Amino acid sequence: MRTVSLTVNGNPVEEEVEPRLLLSDFLRHELGLTGTHVGCEQGVCGACTVLVDGETVRSCLTLACQADGTAIQTVEGLAPNGGLNVLQRAFQENHGLQCGFCTPGFLMAATALLERNDDPSEEEIRDELSGNICRCTGYTGIVRSVQAAALQLREGTVTASEGTAG
Amino acid sequence: MKPAPFEYHAPETSVEAASLLREAGGDGKILAGGQSLLPLMNLRLARPSVLVDLRRVQGLDGTLANGGIRIGSMVRHGQVQRSHEIQSRVPMLTEAMRHVGHPAIRNRGTLGGSIAHADPAAEAPLVAVALGAELVALGPDGTRTIQADDFFQGPFMTALADDELLTEILFPEAPASAGWGFREVARAHGDFALVAVAAVVSVEDGRLRDARIAVAGAADRPMRIAAAEQALEGAAWDAGTRSDVEQIVRDALSPAGDSHASAEYRKSVAGVLAARALDDATKATGSTA
Amino acid sequence: MKERVFGKRVPRSSDARLLRGRGMYVDDVPVRDALEVVFVRSPHAHARITEIDLEEARATPGVHAVYGAGDLGAFDRALPLLFPHPDLVEPRTQCPIASDEVHYAGQIVAMIVAEDRYVAEDARERVRLELEPLPVVVDVNAAVEEGADQVHSDMEGNVSGHIVQQVGDPDAAFRDAHLVLRHRYILERSAAMPMETRGMVAEWDPRGEELMLWNATQVVHPLRSGLAQFFDIPESRIRITAPDTGGGFGVKGFFMYPEEVLVPWAARELRRPVKWIEDRVEHFTASHHERAQIHDVEIAVTEDGVVTALRDEFLVDTGAFVPYGLELGRITAGQVGAAYRIPNIHVGFRGVYTNTVVCTPYRGAGRPHMCFVTERALDDVARALGLDQFEVRRRNFVGDDEFPYRRDGLVTADGFTVIMDSGAYFTQLSMLEEALDMPALREAQAASRETTKLLGVGLACYVESTGGGPYEGAHVIVEPDTGTVRVTTGFTDQGQSHSTTLAQVAAERLGADLDSVQVELGDTAKFRWGIGTYASRGAVHGASAVDRAAGTVRDKALRLAANMLEVSPADLEVEDGRISVKGSPGTSVTLGQVAKAAKPDRYGFDNDLAALAALGPAVPRESSDEGPLLNADEEPGLEATGFFSPQNATWASGVHGAVIELDTETGEVRFVRYVVVHDCGIVINPLVVDGQVIGGIAQGVGGSFYERLAYDAQGQIQNASLMDFLIPYATEVPEIELHHLETPSPLNPLGVKGAGEGGAIPVPAVAAAAIDDALSASGVAVRRMPLDPEELMDLAASGAPSDKGDR
Repeated sequence: MRTVSLTVNGNPVEEEVEPRLLLSDFLRHELGLTGTHVGCEQGVCGACTVLVDGETVRSCLTLACQADGTAIQTVEGLAPNGGLNVLQRAFQENHGLQCGFCTPGFLMAATALLERNDDPSEEEIRDELSGNICRCTGYTGIVRSVQAAALQLREGTVTASEGTAG
Repeated sequence: MKPAPFEYHAPETSVEAASLLREAGGDGKILAGGQSLLPLMNLRLARPSVLVDLRRVQGLDGTLANGGIRIGSMVRHGQVQRSHEIQSRVPMLTEAMRHVGHPAIRNRGTLGGSIAHADPAAEAPLVAVALGAELVALGPDGTRTIQADDFFQGPFMTALADDELLTEILFPEAPASAGWGFREVARAHGDFALVAVAAVVSVEDGRLRDARIAVAGAADRPMRIAAAEQALEGAAWDAGTRSDVEQIVRDALSPAGDSHASAEYRKSVAGVLAARALDDATKATGSTA
Repeated sequence: MKERVFGKRVPRSSDARLLRGRGMYVDDVPVRDALEVVFVRSPHAHARITEIDLEEARATPGVHAVYGAGDLGAFDRALPLLFPHPDLVEPRTQCPIASDEVHYAGQIVAMIVAEDRYVAEDARERVRLELEPLPVVVDVNAAVEEGADQVHSDMEGNVSGHIVQQVGDPDAAFRDAHLVLRHRYILERSAAMPMETRGMVAEWDPRGEELMLWNATQVVHPLRSGLAQFFDIPESRIRITAPDTGGGFGVKGFFMYPEEVLVPWAARELRRPVKWIEDRVEHFTASHHERAQIHDVEIAVTEDGVVTALRDEFLVDTGAFVPYGLELGRITAGQVGAAYRIPNIHVGFRGVYTNTVVCTPYRGAGRPHMCFVTERALDDVARALGLDQFEVRRRNFVGDDEFPYRRDGLVTADGFTVIMDSGAYFTQLSMLEEALDMPALREAQAASRETTKLLGVGLACYVESTGGGPYEGAHVIVEPDTGTVRVTTGFTDQGQSHSTTLAQVAAERLGADLDSVQVELGDTAKFRWGIGTYASRGAVHGASAVDRAAGTVRDKALRLAANMLEVSPADLEVEDGRISVKGSPGTSVTLGQVAKAAKPDRYGFDNDLAALAALGPAVPRESSDEGPLLNADEEPGLEATGFFSPQNATWASGVHGAVIELDTETGEVRFVRYVVVHDCGIVINPLVVDGQVIGGIAQGVGGSFYERLAYDAQGQIQNASLMDFLIPYATEVPEIELHHLETPSPLNPLGVKGAGEGGAIPVPAVAAAAIDDALSASGVAVRRMPLDPEELMDLAASGAPSDKGDR
């Protein structure tokens, strides 16, 4: 067993883990953060995407012990005040989700994209989200959601992390 | 599926990492970004008994420009792709990174990891061969430099010994007259290449010089096509040369077919992509050939 | 007048939870101390089990139990046949655990229960399994040949059944034909591949008498019936809940998978909660496949391109067992003729066993095949006679004035005579033609011919029998304490947005505020009756049932309110949850107040007695001071249950057109445009319907160029991972241009038709037509899908008709 110490959604965490424990299982089963989903464990579907030190990472292709010393953000940390942030709200308004299983991964990927670029073209959005599979929406609603969120961010009416009464 | 059990180490120096590998006696594996290794471990297709994680090792994650550029083996694909320094000196590498998996994979996967993994269809090894990169290996007896042409020895096989690790990749400075092209066909965006071609060429007085052409996905390793390079030396880039090169590339390859594409397809497309990459390369020189 | 909520683009209120990571999918169900299951599956496609040694696995630390077939006792029996049919002569279903012969790679041979999945997988490596290989049958054509190897060693012939149907007099029509075309059309095997795999958690009460099962399923009630029989306990002792479910597309609409018996059984044996979450690699052989049909077609035409007869004999690859009987073929056969008159039809098919994973419905369920056959055949007619692809369809369409259009002699899978209820096919096609702007496309296409990237335009029409039987029900109550309108129904949601659309239907019928409506789905304990979500039946059945129940509640509310307000019910109107006297909006009561007034024990908890008393009596009494609150025969409260059972299928329809760019030198392909005209009757929520259509198209894009389950001759899937079986990403699926047409169905009170599957149905036919068009100079005809880059490059290079699919 190894000790890992990290922050998850800003909260310090220290736990003993078996070396082979995947970060996805650590988040879901040890920390109870079940918003991160597991769709393939082969690094293809992107449902388990989280932010590690601000960058998108497949939590199924990361060992929990590799996350030692990092800062992790999961879907549960997007709008900490219990509401929806601008991106989440845009997903709701633009039917950017159906079954919702892939959604946390898309939200994390889109969050990383909008952090770097608040005026992405449709092609850039599709390219940045191309590591995430959605089997329900055909992606149109997702692309529109990201565009809508980007527009709001550019207009400066909201900040990325701003929540609403939801 | 979940990985089989293993012993895990996260040493702080390359030397320590090399000696852990030696102790593991061939049953140890380096964990760099893990984006190729962990899928295999999750499927229990790879089951090393010892895993040596390089994440804490100092000095593997930097780049140093000096004419060419030295890139630490733990520099991640995403960092390579976003580095202005790399783009200005090795733009082909920047372009190739776009084709490596998807953003989240590139954020973890490392240049050194990809090269040491030696997937015959992978982009980083292809660029290393096309540009004549030098690969620096560290073992218990010190470091040595291996030419890219000698480094790749077969599918997932390299010149690295069991107790050696790749620490640096050196890309030489490209001549000012050189242009480059990189073309890839994959079944879907970000998927493994069916075939990819990287080409570099200079144009002097309307004639092609110093061409280097390498193909991935059509041999057991990234492969230079010497016959094509020779045919281009001194030639003009016209329709005749173009179709000659297409044919020479095809003839030089005897790939294995698999469930994704047959040998014939890989040969044929390698020829097409070589011609297209050379179109791009000659155009990029800004001279007419 | 207030804006209607029915028909409006209403975002989903349920999204907030999912967007915050607060969904509860089956792997998130917080059951304490659950043990985890992994299954040991046969690596061989056909073999005899000569030895299985589980002892070493049992001895692995952390392992609680390892079971083989011999441990199951009375549970070692064949799983049910869901759809018997007189022509199903060789029905075979599997036992939960194979004991003697295995018939496909992936069939369960043992079950391991351990502390967690890591340990269980360690133990799996310690199972020693010895198999004696038997001949493997994969190719469906070979399977039906005389003397073919046997899929089941005790069954000759490999055919489970043969069903033939006939409309009109096809033989005569073929005799009189100007031209007869003969072609073979093929759709290859694929799978639904939802992002969440299957999974379940089973927990028995401490006495072992009542089962709680959380299951990622589309069908809670039928599974309950099945398990009650299997466990020989009353249905009332079983509660099955479908938690948030990460997509289904049919593969979770099948029951009973072997795991659905084994996991609850192990939980009862071990007196512990037991959980199984299917692994993605496992999903490729543990969950069912579909498509996989081969059609041999003859088509008779006049010199004007009018199709007078169609003869289709096809093979349905059912995999190694037929728990679904011959249903897939029956669904396919029921779509024959499609949007076209075609007065004379012979359609027959055989269900064929192979040593592969079982095939049951995947979105579209047998319909994409017949669409592919019909549309490709019409394009073949157009080519043979030099007709335009739009014109050949117009010469054959069923006219607007010909509905209901009957095909006597042909029945749907539900056993109804095929009668297409309504449609407007000419209008649809004209809308598409205009949206595509064909003259401009032809110009662009001509320009593309100067390059190696050719443009092609393709189109396909489809019809879809939706809303298969038998029924659904719903309960609607206005809660007396909160005023909330609670709608409860038995069917389930895997992302289709039922809780929003059903709320719209209830709000509209009741006159309630949409925000006051809450919907509960998929829990046998909350609603006693139900079938499930499949066959595009949610709106047809579920919404109609909700409409009925809400209508009954509305009638009662008006009656009681009339009494309370001392007016006639005819003088009342309901809006935003308030019942008021027409022309006198100040005189009103809310639905919640009426519900409260209709609750006999309201005084027990209400804290505003004066206000309540002022509402007056809810029902007539002898005097205003005494007597019972309700009449002797009056039910309390504002609630009702409604059911809907359709008298025949409703037929949705549409036409899709696409512009495709094909790189002739590499076989790379991309959609440049994709245009849809879609008619699913009256639309409850366009936002939701658009999402269903576009999502279906994305799966069709997969089925056209990316997704194919490739078996080798040994019965091994060559691409059993998402690394090899490619699902299109955002970079492969184009922006979709949508146009709606609403032709109401006369068969249900709302005029709705199903919308869940239509998007997926025509895409392979559209894509094939576009490839034909791109390569029209060389006369290529695509009759088999999907196509990968290599096949596309070969087509481009061949310069001749593709007879990959031809005889």
